[in-house]
Amino acid sequence: MVENIANVLRGLGAWTINALWKLGFASRFLMAIVLQSGQLFLRPQLLIREIFFSGVLSLIIIIVSGIFVGMVLALQGYNTLVRFGSADALGTLVALSLLRELGPVLAALLFASRSGSAMTAEIGLMKATEQLDAMAVMGVNPIARVIAPRFWAGVLSLPVLTALFNVMGIIGGYYVGVVMIGLDEGSYWAQMQNAVDIYDDVANGLIKSVFFGIAVTLIAVFEGYDSEATAAGVSSATTRTVVTSALVILAMDFVLTAFMF
Amino acid sequence: MKRLTIDLWVGIFVAIGLLSVAFLSLKVANLTSASGGETYNVYADFDNIGGLKVKAPVKSSGVVVGRVSSIELNKQTYQAHVTLAINTQYQFSSDASVEILTAGLLGEQYIGVTQGGDETVLKEGGRFTLVSSALVLEQLIGKFMTSMAEKPADSK
Repeated sequence: MVENIANVLRGLGAWTINALWKLGFASRFLMAIVLQSGQLFLRPQLLIREIFFSGVLSLIIIIVSGIFVGMVLALQGYNTLVRFGSADALGTLVALSLLRELGPVLAALLFASRSGSAMTAEIGLMKATEQLDAMAVMGVNPIARVIAPRFWAGVLSLPVLTALFNVMGIIGGYYVGVVMIGLDEGSYWAQMQNAVDIYDDVANGLIKSVFFGIAVTLIAVFEGYDSEATAAGVSSATTRTVVTSALVILAMDFVLTAFMF
Repeated sequence: MKRLTIDLWVGIFVAIGLLSVAFLSLKVANLTSASGGETYNVYADFDNIGGLKVKAPVKSSGVVVGRVSSIELNKQTYQAHVTLAINTQYQFSSDASVEILTAGLLGEQYIGVTQGGDETVLKEGGRFTLVSSALVLEQLIGKFMTSMAEKPADSK
């Protein structure tokens, strides 16, 4: 009995120490990435390549899900707004909820599961097959050559994808609200333009997505770099990337919203 | 350094990003008319502003001519001191009247300006003297109730 309780306490302590250890290592890792980023100016091709893999290849999923999210928002919003006789405010509802919350958060979640997991698996496998060690032996810093380009590619891509997600959502909402339901086109855009502020809504949403980009890519490259050098280690690191990213995105979203709006 | 197909794709990606931001700021946030150039400040004191908020539009005959830039309580008179930033292209005479109106039954509140006949125009720092306060639904219902209560007495 006493032994069991002691074991639970021991496990809790080990978990806490491990979590703090990881947090410290991740912070030092972020510093190392920033310090080793200078090489990217000399070899921008590395960054371009990573933007292609994490950004360009995510375009399809972002466009399709953006349109559907906008369509669902318009459909649900219409059903509620029409009860209060203010269906004309549909454009405002769709635009504000996308720009402020849904756009940054959903784009970041999609990005974490589409690109973040790929980054973790790639880096983890490079580690498992000792490619990272081989680079270090050849005198190439793996952080500068492998990690930093992926990190900056993610940080730069996510705001672009978020802006695109917002646009697609608003167009999807327009399709359902104006084309399918038959609301007035003028009031859809005019009410939206009245209510949306360029700094408060558009810019703050994109600032959010920059923070999400930093968090998601840092988690992805860190979990890859920190993964156990086995097949099972890489798979559990990939899982951890998606789970941790999702939790961090939602928690950060709350904090950022509290600060901004 | 050679040009690669990947560069084209990344170029398209960046262009899409820029177009999206342009769409969001021009079509969604309407940046073009929001920063409508030079404004001048005039003031109006209301007994009750209802639900008027900073940045609410100032309209004349339904056309937006400015925005509410600040609202504060005057500590001497205990009236709401509202600052209106009006575009310099619009001039109002000193006897123009302002009232707080509501767009639709549940819409946002805005300030309506009706031009007067006086030849002197309001300049920076001027003050509207003819003001009428917001219609507060509770007060309206209260008045209605008291008038209903009085009616039977009148009819006898």
